[in-house]
Amino acid sequence: MGMDSDLFCEGLVRRFGSNAAVDHISLDVPAGTFFSILGPSGCGKTTLLRLLAGFDRPDEGDIHIRGQRMNQVPPNKRPVNMVFQHLALFPTMSVGDNIGYGLKRRKVPVAQRRKRIARVLEQVGLPGLENRDPGELSGGQRQRVALARCLVLEPTLLLLDEPLGALDLKLREQMKVELKHLQKQFGTTFVYITHDQSEAMVMSDQVAVMREGRFDQVAPPEELYREPATPFVAGFVGDNNRLAGELVAVRDNLAELRLDDGSLVRGRVASGELEIGSRAGLYIRPESLVLSGDALTSGFSAMQANVRTTLFDGANSRVEAENGGQPVFARLPQDGSAPRLSTGSTIRLAWDPALARVFGADNL
Amino acid sequence: MRSSASRLSLWLLLTPFLLWIVLLVLLPHLQMLRVSFQVRESWDTLAWGLHQYQNFFTESYYWRTFVRTGVMSLFTTFLTLIIAFPIAWYIARLARGRARGILFMACLIPFWASELVRTYGWMILLRESGVFSSWLQALGWADGPVEMLYNDVAVIIGLVYNGLLFMVVPLVTTLDGMDENLVEAGYDLGGSHGTVLREIVVPWAMPGIVSGCIVVFMLTLGSYLTPVLMGGKDSAWFTEQIFTQFITRFNWEQGAALGVLLLVLSSVIVWLGLKISGQSLRKVMG
Repeated sequence: MGMDSDLFCEGLVRRFGSNAAVDHISLDVPAGTFFSILGPSGCGKTTLLRLLAGFDRPDEGDIHIRGQRMNQVPPNKRPVNMVFQHLALFPTMSVGDNIGYGLKRRKVPVAQRRKRIARVLEQVGLPGLENRDPGELSGGQRQRVALARCLVLEPTLLLLDEPLGALDLKLREQMKVELKHLQKQFGTTFVYITHDQSEAMVMSDQVAVMREGRFDQVAPPEELYREPATPFVAGFVGDNNRLAGELVAVRDNLAELRLDDGSLVRGRVASGELEIGSRAGLYIRPESLVLSGDALTSGFSAMQANVRTTLFDGANSRVEAENGGQPVFARLPQDGSAPRLSTGSTIRLAWDPALARVFGADNL
Repeated sequence: MRSSASRLSLWLLLTPFLLWIVLLVLLPHLQMLRVSFQVRESWDTLAWGLHQYQNFFTESYYWRTFVRTGVMSLFTTFLTLIIAFPIAWYIARLARGRARGILFMACLIPFWASELVRTYGWMILLRESGVFSSWLQALGWADGPVEMLYNDVAVIIGLVYNGLLFMVVPLVTTLDGMDENLVEAGYDLGGSHGTVLREIVVPWAMPGIVSGCIVVFMLTLGSYLTPVLMGGKDSAWFTEQIFTQFITRFNWEQGAALGVLLLVLSSVIVWLGLKISGQSLRKVMG
């Protein structure tokens, strides 16, 4: 770990004027892993990636790749390659020449070059397309050519700048899985930036959630989903309901909140600085909410809510309700056992307090 | 009814174009081609023959001027490209907002004056009693007046200056459309400045390069004022030969033959240029 990992950064800062786009970021990516940086647009993730690629220099901090300090190394000398958002395939070259470009720069002899191009094309599932023009390929094929162009150079680190953004939904889903497989197959360390939490969750070993130039949390996808460290992560990763209320008690690591409509509910304490009597937010995921009728499992919290509408979306069908003016979404059961929910009717939503998380208001 | 109306409007739209082509391009050239094959036997009798063309090949002064004009025009075009490329790169890729507009203007402003005035501008700078000559003397780098006009260098300076804008504009247009990521990808995959320029930027800009070169080459080959004024009597530019035949010697037959040869030369060189660069005229001019 540390200096031996494929990528190790310490205290990276990049300022534009008085605004720090990257603000004291440290990260450690072990060899062969898929690391995602997830954040809304404008959070500084592209700037961070450009620092890693060498197109930009950090104002402070160090970048180490396999223990080598990279700060002063120009992009063409770094063992790092990048898949650009719009792929940036060279339009004046054939697919084979695009892939051979990097090998040619390394003075790989022609015969060997041809062999390696053919092999990598096969690995990405496009055998025999060397002589095609990139413009003739479909979006998914171009994606694969862009990957092959980098992977043929066997980089220590592959940087990917939201490369799936331009694809249509169906293809994107397919490429997500494929990227993950390719990463495993090549064993290359991937650093992937995206604003799409589903991309990050599906593919990554580790995800860093970035906001305003900083990492809020770095964790495996499941931990990010189950144990969000900040309200931002809780709200950004996956769907979540936020119920605001006044904190009335903290007992056994469970916080009790009085919601605006007067109901008392409980959830696990997620941050240390909770003060009795102050405002707090309770985060509970739609799939953790149970439409309980009258029977209530012991220990569950419950509240009343008024149905606004039901949203049918196959396995992701939800009911949109409202409690004291705050919208609440609950997942509808898959077996069709849900009662008919007409607009304006009152339902009772219950949950296991262990699945809810409470953050102090000053932490938002 | 409808189709006849639309046909009429099509013809009306085409008329100026057809008039232009027929009256100003086809007719004069066909006439010139015809005249060039006429041989004057005496003051009132004409015969057909290749006499004028034979003259061109036997009289070494003609074809030497011809070759010299072609070679110097090619060199001028190449030099214009070398000078215009960094300017176009700067305007298209580096300059932002206002600076861009101002730089473009700076390229355009000289063309508000006529070619004659521009050329006299250079003559004021370069002549024996001119600005550069007096500076050199004032700095003590020259003992007496220095004549910088009336040589090939002066002619080429003038021609490059005249062609610059016509090279910069198509280059800016093509370079402007290039994705910045292409250059970055070029470096990212291990390319040096030289390889990125050679393998990525130049191939991308090729349509602009070729169209700029065609325009500048044609302008240069056919230019008359600049070589005459800046090169003096001995500049030996082919257009001067044509002028002399038509106006001074009143030998229209010979002048027409030389004109046809110049047209053939420019067509052949443009065709070769397109072949070598792998571009098509439609792609370059479209």
